[in-house]
Amino acid sequence: MADILRERERQVYRKGQQQTFQLDCEKQSVAGSVSQRACVFCGSRVVLYPITDALHIVHGPIGCASYTWDIRGALSSGPELHRLSFSTDLKEMDVVRGGEKKLFAALCELIDAHQPKAAFVYGTCIVGVIGDDVEAVCKRVSMEKGIPVLAVQSEGFKGTKKDGYRAACDALLRIVGTGRTEDISPRSINILGDFNLAGETWMIRDYYARMGVEVVSCITGDGRIDDIRRAHGAALNVVQCSGSMTYLAKSMKEKYGIPSIRVSYFGLDDMSKSLYDVARHFKDQEMLTRTQTMVREELLRIMPLIDGYRRALQGKRAAIYVGGAFKAFSLVSALRLLGMKTVMVGSQTGNKEDYDQLRELCDEGTIIADDSNPLELSSFLEEEDVDVFIGGVKERPIAYKLGIGFCDHNHERKEALAGFEGMVNFAREVYGSVMSPVWRLAPRKRGNQLEVVR
Amino acid sequence: MSTRPRTPKAAPRPNWVSTRNPCKACAPLGATLVMRGIKGALPFLHGSQGCATYMRRYIISHFREPMDIATSGFSEATTIFGGGKNLHQGLGNVTSQYHPSLIGIATTCLTETIGEDVSGLLHEYRELISDEAAPLLVHVSTPSYSGTHMDGFHDAVCAVVEQLAEAGASPSAYINGFANLFPGLVSSEDLRFLKEVAADFALPITLFPDYSETLDGPSMDKYQKIPEGGTTIAALRATASAKASIEFGRTLRAKRTAASFLQERFAVPAKRIGLPIGVQESDAFFAAMERLTGNKTPEKYRMERGRLVDAYVDGHKYLFGKRAIVLGDEDLVVGLTSFLAETGVVPILCASGGKSGALKRSIAEVTTHLRELVEVRDGVDFMTIAEEVALKEFKPDFMIGSSKCAKLARQLGVPLIRVGFPIHDRIGGQRILHLGYRGAQQLFDLIVNTLLEVKQNSSSIGYSYL
Repeated sequence: MADILRERERQVYRKGQQQTFQLDCEKQSVAGSVSQRACVFCGSRVVLYPITDALHIVHGPIGCASYTWDIRGALSSGPELHRLSFSTDLKEMDVVRGGEKKLFAALCELIDAHQPKAAFVYGTCIVGVIGDDVEAVCKRVSMEKGIPVLAVQSEGFKGTKKDGYRAACDALLRIVGTGRTEDISPRSINILGDFNLAGETWMIRDYYARMGVEVVSCITGDGRIDDIRRAHGAALNVVQCSGSMTYLAKSMKEKYGIPSIRVSYFGLDDMSKSLYDVARHFKDQEMLTRTQTMVREELLRIMPLIDGYRRALQGKRAAIYVGGAFKAFSLVSALRLLGMKTVMVGSQTGNKEDYDQLRELCDEGTIIADDSNPLELSSFLEEEDVDVFIGGVKERPIAYKLGIGFCDHNHERKEALAGFEGMVNFAREVYGSVMSPVWRLAPRKRGNQLEVVR
Repeated sequence: MSTRPRTPKAAPRPNWVSTRNPCKACAPLGATLVMRGIKGALPFLHGSQGCATYMRRYIISHFREPMDIATSGFSEATTIFGGGKNLHQGLGNVTSQYHPSLIGIATTCLTETIGEDVSGLLHEYRELISDEAAPLLVHVSTPSYSGTHMDGFHDAVCAVVEQLAEAGASPSAYINGFANLFPGLVSSEDLRFLKEVAADFALPITLFPDYSETLDGPSMDKYQKIPEGGTTIAALRATASAKASIEFGRTLRAKRTAASFLQERFAVPAKRIGLPIGVQESDAFFAAMERLTGNKTPEKYRMERGRLVDAYVDGHKYLFGKRAIVLGDEDLVVGLTSFLAETGVVPILCASGGKSGALKRSIAEVTTHLRELVEVRDGVDFMTIAEEVALKEFKPDFMIGSSKCAKLARQLGVPLIRVGFPIHDRIGGQRILHLGYRGAQQLFDLIVNTLLEVKQNSSSIGYSYL
């Protein structure tokens, strides 16, 4: 097994080897471990990013804004304000004298220029140190401009990405409940935790429309402030990406009594189950029948395509390393549907229940890792003779350098992988990487000899 | 022409407080690239976890190579009580996992703001470890609130040389003297090209940084913890004994650089020339190499120059009077402007997110033969540029710059010639050759062909000869 830091030994587990399963998780990354995780700011930024008609301004030096400019594949059916990068670009003198005045001026000029429905102000590391009263500035601008201006407490060092999710949800909770709800249907939902990557929210919305369910708001895929204001009028919160959105759902339950269910739109089983769960929640036989018809139609359409890919991919070996563990469950099942075996699975931010569930789901011998790093991941890929690695941009070069296929399942991707159609896209993408002839030339398969490939 | 007509006075622009679509990244990013160019070294950021991860992603998306950056991973408690413990633990863990010969530590806005004494902390760590085999530690101060990624880059080059250069360090392999070459932020291909030129001049050089292999390596059957390649520590120690240093970058005049340090401290003569892009600036580079070695420019390069000039002639009508917007890191902008101007392209607007204070003067130096003054903007962002283009009704034929220009180019409906760093929307950014006659040849062909394609596609005739 890989060379694992002593401090991290209990964060890696091979199913079937140890008697007791006690994976450590939800810990601060070990210094010097080269974690794949980001920071609090990143957590807030990714969650709120897809709200298309809000102004997103990063309060801090320029880096944090540069590195998150147009970074997500979150599409909009209207405004594109979220795709611009705004920063107070704090300089030496601002650090000395404080950045409040600059923030105030920046907010005012940007709100005047872009007329957003709301503004989010992301705090970065040094804002937490120089002691700017961001909240006070936001309040003042909000009064003057007549829109919600929300301080997001996302100072990078104040916790992990999960704390950033929570800060984002706290900001959202200040918008929810400020809109009118009287015309909302009793069969209505909020879609929580889908970010409309490559138009996925639109696909999901279409399924719900066909079922006869009203979607009040999408939080945050193709998000609109006015919809989020009305979110408390929905009858049910349907939560994907539970890592980021469970807190919002819980808070809305407490405050507005809205129940929630956890779903996943990845893979055919999980996708179908999600729709059935929603239909069952409303105890509406007609809706359930409509859902069954729709699922049947979709499956009939795509199964022949999936079967074709499965024949080629049968027995191939996959590794998964993603941000949230919940997505990993769906991926293990989706890969199984393609005849593939998951030999390694890990996440940046999974919790104990997540990992317990993963262990249930996985085959004997599967490696499960929390908050892993390039050295561990590369050794897992080498040892397990993996055919395709599923992860994000930071994981990609680890696979490619070793001559191993890769599928991007992170927030920068341009392929829709959710829903029924998304499963076909996923299968096609995995197939397109695993079956490429280029691996035949890679040293991992054949060494570095120069002789002609037969 | 002795009288150069003045360009119209700039119309009043609203003075924006915010930065909108930045044309720069932050200082530590540049420093991590430099550290990646040292043999056996690992870049390390003293700050919170996110900085390392964001910069890794940014760099990986350009080079499409692994880029491991370690971090001390600040928490709230660390920020209050100081990062010494985290720094020490991080260095220890990196050492046991990566076995680096050097760890290159850069600070961030957080650690600079809370006033971490990194130098002192490293001193403590060295005392604690006292192991002969322990990696060397070098550090650079890169507060993200000061300057851009280019400042971080140059400051890191300077800091490494300052901390490693030793009088009398003997470069045994270099019998007839050797030179230092500090090229700045160029592509991996550019670095390979520079090594080839030096070899052809029979001049041993210490090229620093050298990420030609560490950030553009071959396919592997085993993951390399730290990829092969990079400037050796021995070579860096010996920089003090070089017979000269060459550094690229006209805008560096106001900066303390590795070359200026070596000149002051060890009397190594420093020669600063522009980034050698195009005929004129490449001539200056080859002339410098001739003076340094006493050798004539090898026939190979004379031929490359000849073919390039021949190509300029073949393509001159396609380019004459075409208007370009040049955007990027300051010295790249200067080099590109010099190159474009000598082909007949009119660089109508040259801009950079950097603000060395020397951009305008540097561009003036390389465009003395131009009949029109070039508009120069430094310290700008993309939205300011877009507004200026709209206000002045600039009608460019193309843009040249990094892939961050793509949004503006699309808005203007003109092609973008992708050069420099970062290139996030195409493959092979690390393999673009910008330098020398050969690099100019490739850029020239690309620009002419791009404009021909526009002409061909926009014509209803469908010309098959152009």
